[in-house]
Amino acid sequence: MKRETLLNLGLMAALLAFPLWAYQADEPFLITLTTRAVIFAIAGVGLNFALGFGGLVSFGHAAFFGLGGYAMGILAYHAQTYTPLMEAPFLIEGTKSMPVIWLVAVVISAITALAVGALSLRTTGVYFIMITLAFAQMFYYFANSWPTYGGEDGLSIYIRNDFPGLNTMDPIQFYMICYVILALVLGFVWAAARSPFGLMLGAARQNEERVQAVGQTPYRLYLVAFTISGAITGLAGALFADLNRFVSPTMFAWNMSGEIMIFVILGGVGRVFGPVAGAALFILLEHMLGGLSEFWHVYLGAILLGVVLFARGGLYGLIAGREVAHD
Amino acid sequence: MTKPILDVKGISKSFGALKASNNITLDLKPGEIHALIGPNGAGKSTLIKQIAGGLTPDEGSVWFDGQDVSALSTAERAQKGMGRTFQISSLAMEYTVLQNVVLGAQGHRGDVFRFFRPVMKDKQLLATARDALAQVGLEEFANFRTSELSHGQRRQLEVAVALTLSPKAFLMDEPMAGLGAEGSHRLMGFLDGLRQQAPILLVEHDMDAVFALADRISVLVYGEIIATGSVDEIRSNAQVRSAYLGEEDA
Amino acid sequence: MSIILLIEQALNGLQFGVMLFLMAAGLTLIFGVMGLINLAHGSLYMVGAFAAAATAAATGSFLLALVASLVFAAFAGVIVETVVIRRLYDRDHLDQVLATFALVLMFSEGTRWAFGSFPLFLDKPEWLSGTVMLPFGIEYSLYRLTIILVGLAVAAGLFWMIARTRIGIRIRAGENDREMIAALGVNISMLYTLVFALGAALAGFAGALIGAIQSVQVGMGEPVLILAFVVIVIGGIGSIKGAFVGAILVGMTDTLGRQLLPMFFGLFMEPAAATSTGASLASMAIYLLMAGVLLFRPKGLFGGA
Repeated sequence: MKRETLLNLGLMAALLAFPLWAYQADEPFLITLTTRAVIFAIAGVGLNFALGFGGLVSFGHAAFFGLGGYAMGILAYHAQTYTPLMEAPFLIEGTKSMPVIWLVAVVISAITALAVGALSLRTTGVYFIMITLAFAQMFYYFANSWPTYGGEDGLSIYIRNDFPGLNTMDPIQFYMICYVILALVLGFVWAAARSPFGLMLGAARQNEERVQAVGQTPYRLYLVAFTISGAITGLAGALFADLNRFVSPTMFAWNMSGEIMIFVILGGVGRVFGPVAGAALFILLEHMLGGLSEFWHVYLGAILLGVVLFARGGLYGLIAGREVAHD
Repeated sequence: MTKPILDVKGISKSFGALKASNNITLDLKPGEIHALIGPNGAGKSTLIKQIAGGLTPDEGSVWFDGQDVSALSTAERAQKGMGRTFQISSLAMEYTVLQNVVLGAQGHRGDVFRFFRPVMKDKQLLATARDALAQVGLEEFANFRTSELSHGQRRQLEVAVALTLSPKAFLMDEPMAGLGAEGSHRLMGFLDGLRQQAPILLVEHDMDAVFALADRISVLVYGEIIATGSVDEIRSNAQVRSAYLGEEDA
Repeated sequence: MSIILLIEQALNGLQFGVMLFLMAAGLTLIFGVMGLINLAHGSLYMVGAFAAAATAAATGSFLLALVASLVFAAFAGVIVETVVIRRLYDRDHLDQVLATFALVLMFSEGTRWAFGSFPLFLDKPEWLSGTVMLPFGIEYSLYRLTIILVGLAVAAGLFWMIARTRIGIRIRAGENDREMIAALGVNISMLYTLVFALGAALAGFAGALIGAIQSVQVGMGEPVLILAFVVIVIGGIGSIKGAFVGAILVGMTDTLGRQLLPMFFGLFMEPAAATSTGASLASMAIYLLMAGVLLFRPKGLFGGA
């Protein structure tokens, strides 16, 4: 078996074993910490779909993360205040049902990603980076200045949303929900990377001229990749909001976009499981360095700088070798 | 007279004061190799781009397989059956050789927006891909990474990818460039037979190859076609000798 | 609304635009000459503001504070360029984004470490306080007017420098062809450091000038940085002229939008709803402007073909 496959399996096994151990040891905080890592991993896997496979350096994925968060926040807020979301032209009520919320989060993020992508993908390179960043900022300022859902104070949801048959307030049960979603998302991305779409998208990243010469349009491939990518990150946003039972404009902030990017880079760009390793490492660093110093971002910055300058393959590059597998 | 597959009707293209293409008319008939020659800077690349897509002529039109394709994108023209190879190898360098030919077969077949089917296990695509590799003699290198191939092998791979598109015509931009004597010779033999599959518009610097292969030759000088004719006609054309071949003799 | 208020807001928009230009000029120069996207530019703005606030607190002199902002920001720029940025010129944009994002984290937290989380205050000097009477009976803040004039002067100086001086010629040559200017015997790494330091000094100077109106605090650089990105995307990356036009456009749109949109909605909505709708839309106005520009000119107003 290849080292990368072993690493993937080990990672997923550890993410299952550690919270179960924490559950046995009655350490709910550690379960919550791991839940954070898993949700961040989903967000990173989403970004990696555009960044790693399509070479689209989006610095605005906080937009989708935040939209997912607000989809949860707004629906649950209306459910908990027993007010309809909208009465005319037809009635829309809030909901506390997780599956419904996820669906809404995915659809809203996908539609937004389609629109943002359609515009941003007219440009390339550094323009694309700045434009995606600017669009995310647009959502950030909008959320800040729109008073209906708390403005800059955000929205608190008192009780975590419902999932049929589970007690979502129990950390280990909520963790399992997130873990299964991560596994499903990884399964999708793993398959997509090997699919006709994945082959063509990867070719577009390497050489657009080649893709055109075989009769395909890079723009369409990019747009679909960006849309899927946004939808996955949006789903992560909904879960993150449910974990904290709180949404605020900081989910849209540019640091968030930067952090999602860090998950991808720390793990290894273009590796299906890379963001999982990256997010886990990020949470580990946050936990350990955060214990050392209140100003742990200084160390995080130094580590990130080191990875970018000297270890570009990320964790996967170090452990599984530099070459990205393509079979 | 057979109907041409490719028909370039009086196209002109200017960049500022520079007339890169001046009222160019040219066609490609089934079964032939039509060579396009001309000194450097004559506007060959500009012409190829207008035929293959990516550059729109200011005037005139490009017809392919009985249809005006002037307004179509590069990708759409490729779908119509233009099999192009590039002057500088243009391949997905991180992919294996086999992946590059499968890419061609997949691009040609369409159905690209599938997310769950493993593309490298698609028997139909693999058959097309392996067949194309066998035709150019690269089957042993199928699992090599493309970046590991020699320069000449990359040129062969370009041709193999074009083959997977089952094109109605080939546009080949200097396929011999940088090949050794042996490689050129082998490729010439291959192209010689290929014209029966689909005609070839061949841009080439290697005069021996052109004279050996071409059914017709067009000479492009300063954005204008100054002569079109058989090998013998071109060899004996005084204007061509002075404008172009004369330079080589000197 | 009175015409006087409108003119006053237009002046505020101009002042904002001029400050954005100081930020955007450095960003666009650095991108044009070195091909580098620098997120840490906002940190240099912050460094300038903190240097000014600390100097003013120690010496009581506003002019010294301004000098300090220039010197410290330029110095920080030189250090950052030689230690980190230099290694990034040949890297792709992703690496540049990440490495400079790492710098932002380090700068922000480092500053919080050194100065704490509470904002510092930089007071404008006595001799620039108060208001002046402009024609048509418009009363306007003397300090803001000074900022406009100083900003315009710096802009003019920058244009002159790039069009007329030796260093400007080298900068333009560097934008066109790096190897050519290396062949001409210009010390390219020195030129890069110089351009970076110049951009840093402009950013730091802007930080100090704005620091006297707003508070000086960690994180003050990021919103300005992102606005400066919007500016150079609108103007066309690499173009100083584009940066100027973009900066004024963004400054005006943002300031006037915040003033006019709520009033506009007030015409047909109840006041509370009009204020919130207007404010929300105003906060998005410049991004919509950017999207509009890109729809027609994907490389910005003054970007290359």
